[in-house]
Formats: sequence, C-alpha cells, structure tokens
Amino acid sequence: MILSPHLLAEDPATGDPTLASFGHDPWWIVLIKVVGVFVFLVVMTLFTIWYERRVVARMQVRPGPNRHGPFGLLQSLADGLKLAFKEDIMPLKADKVVFFIAPVISTVCAFTAFSIMPFGPFVSMFGVRTPLQLTDISVAVLLVLACSGMGIYGIVLGGWASGSTYPLLGGLRSSAQLISYEVAMGLSFVAVFMTAGTMSTSEIVNAQAQGSPVNLFGFEFTAPSWFFLLLLPSFIIYSISAVGETNRAPFDLPEAESELVGGFHTEYSSLKFALFFLAEYINMVTVSALCATLFLGGWRAPTSFESFWPGINSGWWPLAWFTIKVLLLLFVFIWLRGTLPRLRYDQFMRFGWKVLIPVNLVWILVLAGIKTLQKQNIPTQEKLIYAGLAVGVILLLALLWPQKKEETPLPLEEQVAKRPEGSFPLPPMDLQVPVSPRAKRLTAERETVPATSEEEV
Amino acid sequence: MMLSTQVLAAAAETAGQVSGGEKWTFFLLAPLAVIGALGMVIARNAVHSALWLVLTMLSLGVFYIVQAGPFIGMVQIIVYTGAIMMLFLFVLMLVGRDASDSVIETLRGQKVVAILLGLGLAGLLGTGVYQATRNMPSVGLELANANGNVQGIASLLFTRYVYVFEVTSALLITAAVGAMLLAHRERAKGERVGQVAQMRARFEPGNYPGPKPGPGVFANSTSVATPAKLPDGTPAERSISPILPTRELTSAEIANKHTEGK
Repeated sequence: MILSPHLLAEDPATGDPTLASFGHDPWWIVLIKVVGVFVFLVVMTLFTIWYERRVVARMQVRPGPNRHGPFGLLQSLADGLKLAFKEDIMPLKADKVVFFIAPVISTVCAFTAFSIMPFGPFVSMFGVRTPLQLTDISVAVLLVLACSGMGIYGIVLGGWASGSTYPLLGGLRSSAQLISYEVAMGLSFVAVFMTAGTMSTSEIVNAQAQGSPVNLFGFEFTAPSWFFLLLLPSFIIYSISAVGETNRAPFDLPEAESELVGGFHTEYSSLKFALFFLAEYINMVTVSALCATLFLGGWRAPTSFESFWPGINSGWWPLAWFTIKVLLLLFVFIWLRGTLPRLRYDQFMRFGWKVLIPVNLVWILVLAGIKTLQKQNIPTQEKLIYAGLAVGVILLLALLWPQKKEETPLPLEEQVAKRPEGSFPLPPMDLQVPVSPRAKRLTAERETVPATSEEEV
Repeated sequence: MMLSTQVLAAAAETAGQVSGGEKWTFFLLAPLAVIGALGMVIARNAVHSALWLVLTMLSLGVFYIVQAGPFIGMVQIIVYTGAIMMLFLFVLMLVGRDASDSVIETLRGQKVVAILLGLGLAGLLGTGVYQATRNMPSVGLELANANGNVQGIASLLFTRYVYVFEVTSALLITAAVGAMLLAHRERAKGERVGQVAQMRARFEPGNYPGPKPGPGVFANSTSVATPAKLPDGTPAERSISPILPTRELTSAEIANKHTEGK
C-alpha cells in the first residue's frame, strides 16, 4: 500500500472519506473510476428498462419481456442494438446542427451529474487506498442541479430544432416544467445543507452515520440519523419534484403521447433517439442515487445492523447497499407510472408553484427556528416551552381561521327539474339495470348440476 | 469537474500563484468564451445567438470555479445558464423559428460605425483593466475561504451585507410584482369560468358536445375541401375550416368510387 500523509484525511468519528480525501488519486485510478461510473450507468439503464417493463407487466397481470436471456434480461440489450442500426432520419425542416447537438447535451449532462455520487467508503484498488467515489467538491449537490439545469437544453433544443409543431410544444412544456420543479428541488436541499452543514456528498453521508443522543424528560434515546426521518417534509418534496424533474409519469407532460405524439423526441430516430432514452433513464438513476445519498444514509446500511455484522459498512459491501437503495427508489418511480394517470398541465404547474414551494419555504423557516433554539444555552424544558408556545399559536390561528361557508347542494330531483328545455338527455332516475341474459343462462346451467356430485367424486 | 477538484486542491496549496491546471483551463476556455460572445453578435438566428451566449456563460462559470469560487460558479451555471437563458429561449421559441434579424441597414454606415465604436470601447476597457491589475498581488484568498467557500459567503451575506442583500431582494420582488400587475387582468368573481361551468355550457341545449366531423367523412373524396356527410347525406358545413377557399369539385371527385361491388 502506498502511504502518504493526505490519506489521513478522513472523518475522525467514522474513518470515512471527507472532502479532503479527494483529488489525490493517481491518473489511472481516476480512469478506472470514470470507466466504472460509465459502466454502472449504462448497465443500470439496460437493467432499469427491463425492470420497468417487468414490474409494470406484473402490475397489469401479464408476463412482460421473457424471451431473451434468463427472465428476458437481455431484452433491452437487443432493443438497444436494434435501435443503433436503424435508419437515421433528419427532418427536412430541422436545424441540422442543433438537432444533432441536443441529444448529446442531454447525455453528457446526465453522465456528468453522477460523478459526485458516493458509492462507498475507502476501498483498496490494486493496492491503492481510495474512496469509492469519482470525485467530490465542496458544492457537489449544486453540481447535480447545474447538470440537470443544462440537461434541459437537450430537451428544449431537440424540440425546437425538429422544426415541427408537436416537438416544439413538448420542448416549451418541458422548459417551463423543469425550471419550476428545479426551484422546488433546490429548496428541498436547503434543509439537508442546514442539518449536515455541508454541500459535499461524502460529508452528507458522514453526517447521517450516527444519530445524536437525545435526553427527553429523563429518557435517553438515539435520534434517527437518516435525514428522511429527520427532514420528512424535505424528503417528500424532493421525491415529488424528482419525478417532475425526470419527466416521468404522472408528470411526463413534455412527452404526453395522448396529446403530443412523442413530445420533444417525435422526430428523433436511431442513435439520437437512443441517446435521449439513455439520458432519461440515467436521470432517473441519478435522482434516485441523490435521494439515497441525501436522505437514506447514502451507501450505509442501517447502524443497528452493525451489532451483528461489524464489517457491514466497510470494504466493497456498501456498493451493494447503495445499489439496493437505488433499485428500491426506482421501483417507486415504476410504481407511480403503473398507478397514477397523467396530470393536467395547469394543475401540475399550480401544484409546483403554489403548494411545493411555499410549503418548502415555511419548512425551512421552521427548521431554522428549531436550529437556533437548539444552539441556545438554555435548559431543555425551557426550549420545549418555546416550541410548545409556537405550536400553540399556530393551532390557535388554525382554530380561529374564518371558514368558508359551504353551500348545501340541491336535492337531485330539483337539480334535474332546473335543467333547461332540450338539455342533453338523462337516463330515467328510477332506472333498473336489467340482468344480463348471459348471467341468467349461467345461473340456469349451474342449477342443473346435481348437488350431490361433489360428494360422489 | 474532476479537474476542478484537483485545481482547487492545487490552488489551496499554492494560493496566489497560477497553477498549471488553472492555466490550461483558462487557455482552453477563454477562446471559447470569446468565440461564444462573437457568435452571439454575429449569428442571424435568435436561438443560435442565445446558444452562443450559453457557451460564454458556461465558460464564465468554470472560470469562477477555477478561481476558488465554486459556489458562485455553480450559481452562475444554475441561475444564469440554467434558468434565465432558458426563459430567453422560451420566449424566442414562442416567437417562432424563422424570426431572423433583418440585414437591411436603416441608417447608412451604421454597421461600420458600430463596429469601430465597439472595438474602441473594448480596447479602452481592456487596457484600463490591464493597467489597473497588471502587477496586483492577489491577497486574502486563503482568508476568505478559510471556513469553506459557502460558509464564507453566507457569513458575509448575513452579517455585513445583510442590508444590501435585503434591499436588493426587495427591489427584485417589486419588479416581479410590477410585471405581474402590468400583465394581470382583474376578473370579477362571477366572471371566472370554472371547469364545472364549462362542462355545463358544453351540454347546454343548442350546443353540440361531441367533436366536429373531419372533412371527407363519408364523402367520396378525402380532400380537406370536401365537406363531411351527415347520416342523412347532407354535407356538414362546419367540417371544413373557414379559411379554406371553396372550390367546385370535379365530376370525377363527385362520382362514386365503385366500392359497393367489392
């Protein structure tokens, strides 16, 4: 093992990588990591396509792809190869250069965003001790935001450069949608930054390593360390805005096939379409990985597991925990797609601007208040009194808030009688649905079976 | 980004001196930034202009990062490149893709004078800045980033510059409210039509709630100029767009297509 002083740059409490542990790798280690991240993302994309098709199929009670390879696992590989060899069509009215650049921008940004994801602690790579993470910077989470912000250009420009109406509409929709949901997403990070005290991903993972002991009315217990419990509102808002940010159902309005054919990628074919497809799935993996990093403890298995498996959070094992967390989050994406219908565009925008962002701002304010209270050097009971006062004022306000008077709806008969002459016909109010003749026959057939037949067999 | 980490680490070690990585990044991106700026002015198409500007802004963001200001660099990319330029693009795309600049000069010799004046201004500013910063040592970089770049900015923003910061945000909010006020149309309470009322109106007597038939439905020709036929054989006038010029159909178009016998 090569030893040098900078390798001591690790977290004093856990011995895990911190910001200072990065930027010292030899070039070939960096190359291995770059290739590793690339392979991870491509394999995850191929796997996620299969995963999505199988899970949605199971939800819709059908088998899904099951022909190529074990469980149909090679289906997406076959599809990808086929896509690459298809004819590349350039629309006559397309803006040639921009049409070509757009999918490239999408894909490059998608890959770049993953460079700061922490996969695990220090590992030994060919005798070199190095953190299992490509790189880390002091503003790592902002890098993801910047990449997703630049990735929008791919979609918008692809829609514009196609020179056709539906892609243009898809591009316009996505630019408005992604900017709106990026605001909500960025605000949901703020609570994490405030609690962890840093924007670097490796240090955010470290901040979730151990819960802080809390003494409440004489009871000693350890507060949960993962941020999804500590910062539940942020976690919920992040999860919702992540779906909006990745153009996934029920927020997939830029490519709403019932309204816009294919949205921004209507005119794209062959490898260019494949790049868009790749970028979309990588973005899904990225937001899932970021969610795991920021809210679900990163690559760490739950702390309580360490009591019966001390080495659970060391070596290469955390890579498996990280992947499991990402796959679980991807399952939620697929679940949403299999369950929820698409939103109407105005409802969707209203939800983002009028619900998610104000709720987030109020939550940040509350959290800042709690943090300030925690730092005051006063006894716990006094703190609790302050917190109770605040809650009491809010409850009192909610109680005294003027309520809207609800109009009692007219009875159904009067509503029908109020309809003007010549209105659209209504079925009679005392309608009896006749029994289906088929049902009658089935009952009749059943009756002919002798009641004792089962006992004889 | 990997490069920037190493550059940052190197910058921290040898503060005040220009490291190799920083130099390389600068010489790689500075021409790109200048090309982007020129391209923005020269490009005929408005969207292309915007894209060149994006290139310049992106390069500027990386310059900030290289000069040990990672937060401001990322914010430059997220806010300016990611949000503001995107809104520009949004408007440009609404205007239409063929909206190119006109090349006709309204004032004679305007272009030449503008180029000369522009070059003069650039030269003046360039030499001024060069003279002012030629031998200036960079001081206090380490001190500013001592507790981390973000923390340094935060402590300055919320202590020394809190008043300026708040006034600026009040200004921006005033501008936003003003813009909303100008664009907003006040609606009386009863004027606003909700979804329920819309559906009521749709099924009111005298309104046909279904979609209109497309041209050529049940007709002998699928031409957009052929009205659809209603079940009783009369032509449905509203199946044709009113902007289409009416034309007389030829006898071949009217004749039956001999589909009955098949």
